[in-house]
Amino acid sequence: MQESKIGLDFEKVEHARSIAKKIANQVQDFVGDYTTVAVERTICRFLGIDGVDANEVPLPNVVVDELKSKGLLGQGVAFWIGNAVKETGKSPQEIAEAISQGKLDITQLPVHSDSDAAKAIQPYVDATVEKVRGNRLRRENYIKTIGEGSKPYLYIIVATGNIYEDVVQAQAGARQGADIIAVIRTTGQSLLDYVPYGATTEGFGGTFATQENFRIMRKALDEVGEEVGRYIRLCNYCSGLCMPEIAAMGALEGLDVMLNDALYGILFRDINMQRTLIDQYFSRIINGFAGVIINTGEDNYLTTADAYEEAHTVLASDFINEQLAFMAGLPSEQQGLGHAFEMDPTLENGFLYELAQAQMLREIFPNAPLKYMPPTKFMTGNIFRGHIQDALFNIIGQWTHQGLQLLGMPTEAIHTPFMSDRYLSIENAKYIFNNMKDIGEEVEFKEGGIIRSRAKEVLDNATTLLEQMESEGLFTALEKGIFANVKRPKNGGKGLDGVTLKAEHYFNPFVELMKGKK
Amino acid sequence: MSEGLYSMEAKDYDKTLDLKKIKPYGDTMNDGKVQLSFTLPVPDGDEAIEAAKQLLKKMGMENPLVVYTKELTEGFTFFNCYGSCTHTVDYTAIHVPKVESNTMEMKECDEYIRENIGRKIVVVGASTGTDAHTVGIDAIMNMKGYAGHYGLERYDMIEAYNLGSQVPNEDFIAKAVELHADALLVSQTVTQKDVHIKNMTELVEMLEAEGLRDKVILVCGGARISHELAKELGYDAGFGMNTYADDVASYVAQEMVKRQQR
Repeated sequence: MQESKIGLDFEKVEHARSIAKKIANQVQDFVGDYTTVAVERTICRFLGIDGVDANEVPLPNVVVDELKSKGLLGQGVAFWIGNAVKETGKSPQEIAEAISQGKLDITQLPVHSDSDAAKAIQPYVDATVEKVRGNRLRRENYIKTIGEGSKPYLYIIVATGNIYEDVVQAQAGARQGADIIAVIRTTGQSLLDYVPYGATTEGFGGTFATQENFRIMRKALDEVGEEVGRYIRLCNYCSGLCMPEIAAMGALEGLDVMLNDALYGILFRDINMQRTLIDQYFSRIINGFAGVIINTGEDNYLTTADAYEEAHTVLASDFINEQLAFMAGLPSEQQGLGHAFEMDPTLENGFLYELAQAQMLREIFPNAPLKYMPPTKFMTGNIFRGHIQDALFNIIGQWTHQGLQLLGMPTEAIHTPFMSDRYLSIENAKYIFNNMKDIGEEVEFKEGGIIRSRAKEVLDNATTLLEQMESEGLFTALEKGIFANVKRPKNGGKGLDGVTLKAEHYFNPFVELMKGKK
Repeated sequence: MSEGLYSMEAKDYDKTLDLKKIKPYGDTMNDGKVQLSFTLPVPDGDEAIEAAKQLLKKMGMENPLVVYTKELTEGFTFFNCYGSCTHTVDYTAIHVPKVESNTMEMKECDEYIRENIGRKIVVVGASTGTDAHTVGIDAIMNMKGYAGHYGLERYDMIEAYNLGSQVPNEDFIAKAVELHADALLVSQTVTQKDVHIKNMTELVEMLEAEGLRDKVILVCGGARISHELAKELGYDAGFGMNTYADDVASYVAQEMVKRQQR
């Protein structure tokens, strides 16, 4: 039995976990019957279809839209492309180009058997699987040979809008001590139902996620990683309407960390819940296979709801995200479950509550590299107090062994970070991490004290919430606004028309080869 | 580098406060002390420090002091500096446009609406354009409010509709018409490259084109928004930092009463 520094009752924890599993099972029963335009575009990309047509429309969109407009998407891209490869002897890319030029209608070709279609694309499938596996081994080899930073990993963001300027900022951050560089996406990208193409130099509050931009930044981080003798991880955002496509692009370009929450898009981007839950499943299969650490977005709940009152919703959601990840074959070691330091700084003993919650999550998810988000909601423009708020946050990060410490910036709420803001924040974290290195091993908490009581209370409330959700189902819970006080209808939101019931010939060759595999 | 921090030299300037010529205050009236930090795209060294000092002088600083330098990455040096500002400002000549209303507490405001308007005010709010941030509009509208100020949803006499984020201007207007909105609240959080200006201007133009502009009270808000900017863009009022739901509610209620009396 695991020992708890805060007196957690692990039987209660397992009880809560078992309820979350039932909730996730209900979701999975639904997910299995459907596919989406994003899932099918992902299969296109994995079959080697890339590039854009004369109107800048990505070829995966051209292929999928063509099938969708004919009402034939339910059979799946793999079947149609496989059949076309078998019939024409051309590659998937050549077929996609022919479709985009109006020279080929793949739905009018003679139909071969499912197994012939599958066989025809097998070499392309195998090549992709090997490439992704190769990227994983490459990362593991890098870590073995040049090493990596110690946990909590220092996680910083760059957000200039210009990928080349991002490179300068990212390399500077790595030299100052950052372990993970996240390239924030341009505002609004999550609602695009396609992924832009090529290197980009214009964005608002961030930079477009494109495969070329991924490649440019990967190369830059490898360079600086070798220079500083530490593997530098690259993070992007696998959320929104192109969730699995971005997972695929990340897997192909050797990204290491992906924001990838099952519920975030529903709550905060008003993306249809059916769409997101289907998309997250395939995206997590890919991330799992690629060795990518996913980050979940529970911290966002606390930017709208109160961090003290709603702490249990974070824990409940972490439990659900954990189970949904397991169902996609993504192991604990890659689950960067999210939470945040967002209590009102004027709250008496707020630090103790934050510490209790962080330690509680650490013990409930012992193998997960928890993603800990810094204060944002109560950052005011008083950069001096802000720097201290970030220091308190860093103390808890080290104390409770968080996995990914998303560094707070004193200038949060003012501007996207200056180079010097990152330096000050990294210095803050390194000072505290070193100066308080082993405090977690030295301290246990008083029986019946504030910290133990708080942890117990949050777990109990989360369990009650999970029980309620199990009886109602996740969809109904989301309709009722259980998370973040945000209500979303099952048939509302964006992207529902991209959801399709699978038909008789449907197959996705990547699920079997990637799910739960290394 | 820190000579002068504990300066013993006599302070031979006029130490009386003159509101026609104010300057920054460190620990003595008119000492002009200013604290600055910035990064220059040059390597650390004596030349970098001299460059920083010259820059401070050009900014109007006497006795520029560079108290800390650090090369952040090759070719970029960070500075912490102090200096005495030589410029002054005539405080007596300043006029800043402000939202002209008295802020009432929630109950007082509800009562005011009941007595003077006699029906619920319909307020529709959204974070419009590509802006995905709901933090601003939520702080004003959500039941819970922000920093102890209850949001509009909690007001008895306000019917509040929060449309959330990334609402296109045309959808926003359509919803406003459908709900017979008295007031529209536009929240803008992302202001990089002035994306908010374009979006906010577009809304005003669309409202004017549809003949709706004078039928609603049009309010905008956000950390980078000022009342002055709002007026410039054709809004009735703008709410920036440190304003809350009660400021917005009081303004809307009082403005409605004012318009009724016209």
